[in-house]
Amino acid sequence: MSAPALEITGLVKKFDRQVVNELNLTVRAGEFYALLGPNGAGKTTILRMVAGLLQPDAGTISVFGIDTKTDPLAAKRIIAWVSDEPMVYDRLTPLEYLEFVAGLWQIDAKTAETRSRDLLNWLGLAPHANALCGSFSKGMLQKVALAGALVHDPKLIILDEPLTGLDAGSARQVKDVLLGKVRDGVTVIMTTHILEVAERMAERIGVIAGGRLIAEGTLAELRTRIGRETSLEEIFLDLVQTDAESAAA
Amino acid sequence: MTAQPASLRWFAAHEMNLAWREWIAMMTGGRRRRGITLIIILGIVATVLHLIAYSVIAAWLKTGVGPDKSHLVLLTGGGLLFWSVMLSQALESVTRVYYARADLDLILSSPASSRRLFAVRTGAVALSTMLLSCLLASPMINILVLLDGPKWLTAYGVLAAIGALSAAIGVAVTITLFRIVGPKRTRLIAQIIAAIVGAGFIIGIQAAAIVYYGSISRFTLFESAEVIAAAPDLASPLWLPARAAMGDFGALLIVLLVGLGALFGVIAATSSSYGRHAISAAGVTHIRTDRRPSERSFRSGSQKHVLRLKEWKLLQRDPWLLSQTLMQILYLAPPALMLWINYGEHSGAFIVVVPVLVMAAGQLAGGLAWLAISGEDAHDLVVTAPVSPRTVLTAKIEAVLTIIAIILAPLIVLLALSSVEIAIITAICAMLSAGSATTIQLWFRVVAKRSMFRRRQVASRTATLSEAFASIMWAGTGAIWAAGSPIAFGTATIAILVLGLAKLLSPRRA
Repeated sequence: MSAPALEITGLVKKFDRQVVNELNLTVRAGEFYALLGPNGAGKTTILRMVAGLLQPDAGTISVFGIDTKTDPLAAKRIIAWVSDEPMVYDRLTPLEYLEFVAGLWQIDAKTAETRSRDLLNWLGLAPHANALCGSFSKGMLQKVALAGALVHDPKLIILDEPLTGLDAGSARQVKDVLLGKVRDGVTVIMTTHILEVAERMAERIGVIAGGRLIAEGTLAELRTRIGRETSLEEIFLDLVQTDAESAAA
Repeated sequence: MTAQPASLRWFAAHEMNLAWREWIAMMTGGRRRRGITLIIILGIVATVLHLIAYSVIAAWLKTGVGPDKSHLVLLTGGGLLFWSVMLSQALESVTRVYYARADLDLILSSPASSRRLFAVRTGAVALSTMLLSCLLASPMINILVLLDGPKWLTAYGVLAAIGALSAAIGVAVTITLFRIVGPKRTRLIAQIIAAIVGAGFIIGIQAAAIVYYGSISRFTLFESAEVIAAAPDLASPLWLPARAAMGDFGALLIVLLVGLGALFGVIAATSSSYGRHAISAAGVTHIRTDRRPSERSFRSGSQKHVLRLKEWKLLQRDPWLLSQTLMQILYLAPPALMLWINYGEHSGAFIVVVPVLVMAAGQLAGGLAWLAISGEDAHDLVVTAPVSPRTVLTAKIEAVLTIIAIILAPLIVLLALSSVEIAIITAICAMLSAGSATTIQLWFRVVAKRSMFRRRQVASRTATLSEAFASIMWAGTGAIWAAGSPIAFGTATIAILVLGLAKLLSPRRA
């Protein structure tokens, strides 16, 4: 059996308070996993630790069997990180940006150029390939960042609220690209506050509250858990409220 | 009594409130204890500056100061040097009135009068220019008052007048640029003009002193018999500001009328177009800047190579960098001129060139290192890439030091043609100065956007001060070493101690 795309065990992170609390989470290879939770639940902190942007206080993170602590560079080679704030340089064009990203991941120049042009076409950015990113809208910047995440052909794509601020057209393009990648066997983990997106796209959904995984499963499994045939929004609110009540009790 | 909302007074109160809070936050970093430390440090600095001013002024007054031609030339020349810096500062501040968004979108979308806002903000620029110049000139003026009587207090009035005139010229230049080159280029051109005005006059005077008198001192020209003889006669209105500064109330009145009249006139003439220009400036970020489609294919290279290449591209295209470093590069012009003129001669004059080059290397390296190391717009991307943090930092440092080497190399080669020994000393000290500034930026690195570059000094005053002190000490080391004195070991030791202190004060990293 192949190693899971992501395996988190006993993960802890404290700032002024405990943000991630003994978290255990497993995401299977090739699945689309949505991580939901109220504001401040710890979703972004968890994903930033997986991407190597934060150091855990305790616990282990393994990506396709690679321990991110003992071999961070090997793990980073197969991960792509996309945050809600596009990580793009104002004074580079999309093509220059993609060449830079490909260089960081040491992708062969010819392959990188072919992939870059395909991605820009795919995301509707080809006409702007030679314009400086500083003049782009938020949606265009997010698409450039997504192209940057895909240019090195990652096995695991981690996205933190990637659809924030995108118009319907751009959001559709991003979603199509992600679903296409999952069909190709890539694993996608995404946080979102747009529950319809999680409902339609994710194979499994994890709900985080207070830095813990309070529920996990397919939509059907979550419905069974609360005992009602209802929308993901209702399920989510029910789970979070029940957790808050039990924590207060 | 509270002012009526959206009135001139109400806007003025709003602006003052914001300016005060920003100043307090900038100075104390939100910590009261820092405020007390700051007051103590400012007190010490003020005392030292007054002592330096005393040593200069006391000697000058002994020669007997009066409104004769030689003193009027010296005061007017010195005043013009000072005013060029004020004008540069005002030009830069005025562009911010048009381009800094902050609350501008809110106010321009409200039914409040944009003319009033403009009047208040332009007035604020004039006021801040006046206050800054008063603060800088106060040690000289205070000592003059102390030693030669209260008549010198009128010099503060002259500063107020020329501060107002600077703001008026700043607005006039900005509006003219808006009309001629449009909002997209106005800011950049205004920044370049500000840098040239700030450094240009000083450099021009210095160049004239080098060409005609072989001295790098700016005041040589104002003290020369030829310049004094060629200057207009005593009745000329050119001497009004100098006469006003020396206690002539009639002259002061005229100078104030000209300065304040220009400011109010410009505000009245241009305030109606403020809203229009500010809105057009807001649209600048939406203008697409297409670069020539590249026929070049992607190139493979090591991770270090792609990182260096990225830094060079970004530094080359940085809209603020040019204006921020132009002045430092312009200051290299006089020593270059001196080298050119003295080509082939083994002259002691070269010793003057060494500290200027060493200091410039440190200051340039500090700015560029901040942009490369701290001003990383895609911080997450670089951290999540399969490249070690050490490789990233090394590549960025190499990118910075290469640029410094390219800028300084021609000057060092020119120096070597006259004196290989002094060229080697300059190269070593410039390398140490640039290396120290870069190392300090490395120790004090933060995660910031490149657009924060203008505020980098505020973000870490310790880094800025240690960077400046280290550069000064290496510059001193270079000059003393070139003069052949063993005291150079002393200044070099102080430079190393400054670095050690900076390391001690730098934030601890996991």
